[in-house]
Amino acid sequence: MNLSPRIFKKNIDMVPTRNGYGDALVELGRKNPNVVVLCADLSDSTRSSGFQKEFPERFIECGIAEQNMMGMAAGLASEGKIPFVSTYSVFCPGRNWDQLRVSACYSNLPVKLTGAHAGVSVGPDGATHQGLEDIAITRCIPNLTVLAPCDYEETRKATVEAAKLPGPVYLRFAREKTPVFTTSRTPFKIGRAEVLREGKDVSVVACGPLVYEALLVAEKLKKEQIKVEVIDSHTIKPLDKKTILKSAKKTGAIITVEEHQIMGGMGSAVAEVLARNYPVPMEFVGMPDSFGESGAPEELLKKYGMTSARIIKAIKKVLKRK
Amino acid sequence: MLSDKKLKSLGRTANTVRQDIIKMLLAAGSGHSAGSLGMADVFTALYFNVLNINPKKPWEPKRDRLYLSNGHICPVLYAVLARRGYFPVSKLKTLRKLGSPLQGHPHYKCLPGIENTSGPIAQGQSIAIGAALSAKMDNNKHQIYCLVGDGGQDEGQTWEAVLCAGKYKLDNLTFIMDRNNIQIDGYTEDVMPIEPLADKYKAFGWHVIEVDGHNIRQIIDACGQAESIFEKPVMIIAHTIPGKGVDFMEWKYQWHGKVPNSKEAKEALKQLRKL
Repeated sequence: MNLSPRIFKKNIDMVPTRNGYGDALVELGRKNPNVVVLCADLSDSTRSSGFQKEFPERFIECGIAEQNMMGMAAGLASEGKIPFVSTYSVFCPGRNWDQLRVSACYSNLPVKLTGAHAGVSVGPDGATHQGLEDIAITRCIPNLTVLAPCDYEETRKATVEAAKLPGPVYLRFAREKTPVFTTSRTPFKIGRAEVLREGKDVSVVACGPLVYEALLVAEKLKKEQIKVEVIDSHTIKPLDKKTILKSAKKTGAIITVEEHQIMGGMGSAVAEVLARNYPVPMEFVGMPDSFGESGAPEELLKKYGMTSARIIKAIKKVLKRK
Repeated sequence: MLSDKKLKSLGRTANTVRQDIIKMLLAAGSGHSAGSLGMADVFTALYFNVLNINPKKPWEPKRDRLYLSNGHICPVLYAVLARRGYFPVSKLKTLRKLGSPLQGHPHYKCLPGIENTSGPIAQGQSIAIGAALSAKMDNNKHQIYCLVGDGGQDEGQTWEAVLCAGKYKLDNLTFIMDRNNIQIDGYTEDVMPIEPLADKYKAFGWHVIEVDGHNIRQIIDACGQAESIFEKPVMIIAHTIPGKGVDFMEWKYQWHGKVPNSKEAKEALKQLRKL
């Protein structure tokens, strides 16, 4: 799979996924004069500031007004632009969902909205700023593609590929530095989940930076003779049913892992596919119907159950149900 | 200068459009009567005189754009588009019927000439601003119009949009407000006072013009003036009579979201034919 040779080493690169977005924007800006960026007073933390510096004439500062920003993006898209809407996931799609639904998605315009600072690992800012419901409220909107890339490299690729799609796309990023375990040569295609590691006992379907935790778990359980298949389901909508069903048939048990409410998230999307086609025992790792709070990212992930240890527990549980 | 003959012809067209609206709403059995009738003169002036458009080439890049933000008055837009030759008038009777492109609230590109999706109040305004910014970036010279309602002034998004258009000095952008003083639950100043509107828009960096929304000459002149304003977006406040032309509908907020029954429609058409 062309993963980083330093994948399980201490000296693995640590970069936030949002940096992949920022770098891809500059790359896109250089290639395509139609790419424009809209920002709601968060250019540094969403990493859109690099684009702003290089292409000030194509950078639209909207102020703290997310509803108008989404509508403007729809207007720009209807005129042939490829607008990237940049802010935190709690605000977009959180605060402008109606505009996303009607102005962008019902019109099927190529608006690319991005939600930075998704997940409880946002940390000290607390529950108000920890986006944990964005997948649920985007994956239910027709025409919208939903992406949650796993590391810096994949985020960069996802951003570049999102620009090529003719319709609306939602991209989700995290705040913290996380391991860069894929490389420029790791395959990436929107709509295709990647089997990063093959196994026959249980499948772990993950998205976002927690994909790395799933790989750590697979490595760890090797010693216990449990062979874990790890799938990077970066595209939550349209979900890669083929890859997930194939894996379910092979292992007979599935765990989903995401930094999002269990309710309505990627795991729910996987469950919808399994229930209809090939039900197997399943466990969910994610936010357990709760708001977050202030704290260090690792403390919060531990408290709310989104760690390697919690994944292992879920695996042991699901194996008993097989 | 608009000749008296042309002016008279525009007045007749607006009256035909009003009759279309009554027939459409009767056939549909639901929809919004008062605002649609009240805006017939403004829409006729725009589509038959002001806008640089060609119904045969509805998506021609250099066309002027008209965005509707108060999507519920779409019967007037559909009727004017049909009368202007964008699609057959016979389609009007399919309003709100299953499979019809004439959706209860307009859907982007579902018909030639429909520039935006609208319905949830105020969304068209932001779309129009995005389109105006795009035209500025590309140095395109077409005009962008956006039709808004007075009830829509209650929405937070309206003021986000108004603030932003002022910031970017969008002088290619003209809003026309249907100031008919009614919304679903009552008179606008009872539901949520919005005056002084002109002062509000001026304070946000807009140029404001007020017109009688049933005086076609005034409407056309205001649009001409709007095009000549530099470095400011323009708000034309069109004072209109909701339900204009049908005496039992005029000024009655109860007709905002109600349609005539067949007896009322017959009476309405009788009155309109006499105008």
